[in-house]
Amino acid sequence: MLQNLFHFLIYPGLLFVTVIGGLLSWFDRKVTAMVQFRKGPPILQPFYDFLKLLLVKETILPAQGSKITFLMAPVCALCAAILSGLFILFPLLGIKAGFSGDLIVLFYLLSIPSLAYMIGGLASGNPLASVGASREMKLMISYELTFLLVIAGIILKAGMNIRLFDVLQVQNDTGAFIGSISGVLLFIASIFCLQAKLGLVPFDMAEAETEIMHGHFIEYSGLPYALIKLTKYIMLFILPAFLVAIFMGGFKWQGIHILWSVLKILVVVLLLTLIRNTNPRIKINQAMRFFFLWMNLLAIIAIVLIFFGL
Amino acid sequence: MSKPTIIPIGPYHPLQEEPELFKLYCDGEIVRDIKWETGYNHRGIEKLSESKTFDQVFFLVERVCGICSTSHPFAFANCMEEIAGVEVPDRAKYIRTIIGEMERIHSHLLWVGLAGHFLGYNTVFMWSWKYREPVLDLFEMITGNRNSYAMFKIGGVRRDIPDNMIPVMQKELDALKLKLNLLTGAVMDDPVIHARTKGVGILTREDIIDFAAVGPTARASGVAIDVRKDDPYAAYPLVNWKVITSEAGDVFAKTEVRLLEMYESVSIIEQCLEKLKKEKEGGIDVRVKNVPEGIGTGRAEAPRGEVFHFVITDGGYTPVRHKIRAPSYVNIATFKKSCVGQSISDATISLAAVDPCYCCTERMAMAYDYHTRIAMMGTADLLRMSREKTDNIRSSL
Repeated sequence: MLQNLFHFLIYPGLLFVTVIGGLLSWFDRKVTAMVQFRKGPPILQPFYDFLKLLLVKETILPAQGSKITFLMAPVCALCAAILSGLFILFPLLGIKAGFSGDLIVLFYLLSIPSLAYMIGGLASGNPLASVGASREMKLMISYELTFLLVIAGIILKAGMNIRLFDVLQVQNDTGAFIGSISGVLLFIASIFCLQAKLGLVPFDMAEAETEIMHGHFIEYSGLPYALIKLTKYIMLFILPAFLVAIFMGGFKWQGIHILWSVLKILVVVLLLTLIRNTNPRIKINQAMRFFFLWMNLLAIIAIVLIFFGL
Repeated sequence: MSKPTIIPIGPYHPLQEEPELFKLYCDGEIVRDIKWETGYNHRGIEKLSESKTFDQVFFLVERVCGICSTSHPFAFANCMEEIAGVEVPDRAKYIRTIIGEMERIHSHLLWVGLAGHFLGYNTVFMWSWKYREPVLDLFEMITGNRNSYAMFKIGGVRRDIPDNMIPVMQKELDALKLKLNLLTGAVMDDPVIHARTKGVGILTREDIIDFAAVGPTARASGVAIDVRKDDPYAAYPLVNWKVITSEAGDVFAKTEVRLLEMYESVSIIEQCLEKLKKEKEGGIDVRVKNVPEGIGTGRAEAPRGEVFHFVITDGGYTPVRHKIRAPSYVNIATFKKSCVGQSISDATISLAAVDPCYCCTERMAMAYDYHTRIAMMGTADLLRMSREKTDNIRSSL
């Protein structure tokens, strides 16, 4: 019991993913600043932002709408993010092996934060938030299928293993999945899924600052918004970590491999940052077409290639 | 149809840097109707103008708009010179044209950056504003100010462009052309920008004529109206340039027109600098002793379109009536056509595409020490610092 609590709250749970997520968020902002000829924030800025919202800022509740739902949504999102972080990091850091079928559970857990934002936005009773929530809904409908196909492709490649630990073992024995054609195709599809899941440009239409003023987050302030920020930091760590696990053979903690492990995560975050800095935001109908047509096609081609052993 | 949802854009909204309210009546994501409210920032400039002398009015109308702060003095000077019947010396004409065109460059760069920001493309925003910075430095070198240049007066300009500044300007302009190539390439060849802006917020030729739209908004729909060609003033008839038009009328066409206009502006400035070199320094104004009774109209092409000034004088020191028609106020009426029927995403970029500017400008702020009540940075300090910086720029020529 005590050990489980330790895992959930300290390592590799809340504290660990928050610190790494905050640092990755700084990395993302610093790279963005360098691309844009700016100086960028100091390394602790993400934590300052979080603490300011948590401790200093007033929490204002919307007069209309359901307050309980509004306040519970960020908590749900945070819990789901930590839980999925645990299931990803247990096998990845070699703490526990996980259970059979955790890949499927992860797929559901990773979609809960977006769902929670949506519910929170709708509960706030703001028209801009409802536009944001409706866009998030449409975006989820479009990218979740692609994400499912990617996971299906991974399961096929790993010899019908539905346990993340076994997927890592298979990659240990036969080489990382990204080394094959089908692996590259699946990786491309999943990078765009991540972009949409994290709400980064070009798929940030649900929060679109200059259109609907952060959409479903518009009514959040103070503590609930701090939790949302925290969830975003955590998602910025665990989603790239998930990609590293299913495509790049995971982490190893001996000698030079430590450097490689850190680099793998940084490269994925760098890719996400560069995509978000070299593209304008697209419209929701364009995003749906992009995922339904092109990304699903890519994933299906990859799955067909897997059957031919490529 | 169900009851429409009102999506408010403004009075405080990240899309608009100035206070105005656009109400989008939406059915789902589709905008069915649009209404707008302006007047949050009314300052009574026309009335104020009647209490100022003609020389003071220049500084007043300069503050109508912070971005196109030369267009209004330009139009007012044209207007007053028509009443007084003054012919401006050639050298002053060239300097006026240079200032006017530099302003067009910095204003268009500013818009391209903002349009990128509105599309969520913050890299374009930062790059374009970085490229705008040397233009402002040139302004500071010539006039001592980065905005609100105080260059115009009846019969000429207040400051000369000495010969030793011309090579510096030519070097900066050459560097600017390379940067413009980079920016134009980044914007015009990006397939995602094409997907976001092509076919969005289309205004046809007829719409432009119906709404009497002006400036790049009109030129992007194939209506080649440009005061610089239609009613030539200053040195525009003395140099070679062409009016940039595009046929499509969508947001992309407006971007294209603005980007290409910057190249024309660079070319105009270069020609003016060549002409300036041949002239002798000095002789930048004629002395105007008094303004007779009369009615005058003055027009100038601001970066956003035609600026029109109408003044009645009675032979005294102040205007009796001063009427200003600014381009944005005409252009925002086109939203009725360009936004209705679009999705919210398209409507917001269509709103931004006419480059609306609501006569907003910076105000002076002063900080006091909380305990001692002593002004920490007052007008005098700021003025002194500003002058020191300008002197540094000039001494490094």
